Amino acid sequence: MTTRWTRKDLLGLRELSADEINFVLETADAFKQVGTREIKKVPALRGKTLVNFFVEPSTRTRISFELAAFRLSADVINISATTSSLTKGETLKDTARNLEALHADILVLRHSSAGAPQFLANRLKASVINAGDGAHEHPTQALLDLYTIRERRGKIAGLHVVIIGDILFSRVARSNIFGLLKLGARVTLVGPSTLVPREFEKLGVEVSHKIDDVLPKADVVNLLRIQHERQRREYFPGLGEYVRLFGLTKERAKLLKPDCLIMHPGPINRGVEIDSDVADGLQSVILDQVTNGLAVRMAVLYLCGGISTQ
Amino acid sequence: MKQTKQNPQAAVPIMDAEAIRRALRRIAHEIIERNPPLEKLVLAGIPSRGVEIARRIAAFIHEIEKIDVETGVIDVAMHRDDVGKRPELPLVHASKLPLPLEERTIIIVDDVLYTGRTVRAAMDAINSFGRPARIQLAVLIDRGHRELPIRPDYVGKNLPTATREQIQVRLQETDNEADAVWLGREI
Repeated sequence: MTTRWTRKDLLGLRELSADEINFVLETADAFKQVGTREIKKVPALRGKTLVNFFVEPSTRTRISFELAAFRLSADVINISATTSSLTKGETLKDTARNLEALHADILVLRHSSAGAPQFLANRLKASVINAGDGAHEHPTQALLDLYTIRERRGKIAGLHVVIIGDILFSRVARSNIFGLLKLGARVTLVGPSTLVPREFEKLGVEVSHKIDDVLPKADVVNLLRIQHERQRREYFPGLGEYVRLFGLTKERAKLLKPDCLIMHPGPINRGVEIDSDVADGLQSVILDQVTNGLAVRMAVLYLCGGISTQ
Repeated sequence: MKQTKQNPQAAVPIMDAEAIRRALRRIAHEIIERNPPLEKLVLAGIPSRGVEIARRIAAFIHEIEKIDVETGVIDVAMHRDDVGKRPELPLVHASKLPLPLEERTIIIVDDVLYTGRTVRAAMDAINSFGRPARIQLAVLIDRGHRELPIRPDYVGKNLPTATREQIQVRLQETDNEADAVWLGREI
């Protein structure tokens, strides 16, 4: 395993090696432990300024990064699309350069355009952390998913992970696919053919449109949110039909192995991707994902924000 | 302080396995003498060699007094004072201490004491877990050159050095080499 971390930015899992991914997960172990201390705060990023720059709305990811930064003693500024000058016509680059002029050290960026974090990382001295860019990547979500699987199952290699739902528009799915394959998992994507095209097989995953055939063989199912805001009507006829064909209903959940983990990146559409009873059931690790997200983001901020960028 | 690896051919042996064994055994006796009752004691090692040295001292205490003292791990990475100054970062280990710390005596254990900055960070880390009754320091080698007002309570060997010299501690369990302490003449 790699014994050193050298990246100032985290843009996606596609560019990380298996060693680097494992390095982040092991670092997250140490930061998860901090949450059990009497004083849940360490001075690792004292004096550093982190800017949460969310051009797309997000509550849980932003708050998770914010709390992670607080626990590392960094100072945090939150900027959302509506409060930034982007609405006044300022370009992304100019906004970012202004943030840098204020000596921001770490920029956490959520943006609707794929590649926006890469664009800024190439131009700024500050660390850039991708908090989701378009339908491209959402690396910290995938890292926390990997962490949760590893924590519950003790390993990732050899497990069969089934990702269900809106894969086409999902940056969470893409980052998960890269991470899971690098760590040796078997990945099957399930959903309507409009949202899970065969094209994905080129990445090294399996594609199925029959959920009931796949569920009994899964070690982990990761349910993705149906993204109403990105959907156009032609992708599927309606939510009712989606639930009937692909929703993880109470009945369908009986097909799962007893130790199969049920994951969801949130926010949940109860009764759409997943029944309420299933989401709150014993196999669900949805709230573990939230807790682990904090540890993983502390690790990422510590690693990328803690190295010298000179 | 972690020392970088160099060619042992250019280094002078300072301690062999037997000398290390005797030094740690003597430290165990000193700890027993100064810290009754031993039930309140925690030997907390700084990864990775400090953890192994703490384990060995605990084993000697068990041999001498038939008491199992508690051990722990303190990783200081999150508490260092050089944030943003290093081009690459080593792996952080999870810290582990028995709780609550109140009324306990924590002995920080490390292989080499040099500037004292690692020990300062370790004390800071311990304080985030609670408020121990007292904190002491045990090291295998004290090589001098302190940059902070810190002194060890238990020392395996005092070894005056020049700053350009290097001390390398090798332990079977952490380095897969025979136990030894080397003084490197060149950097």
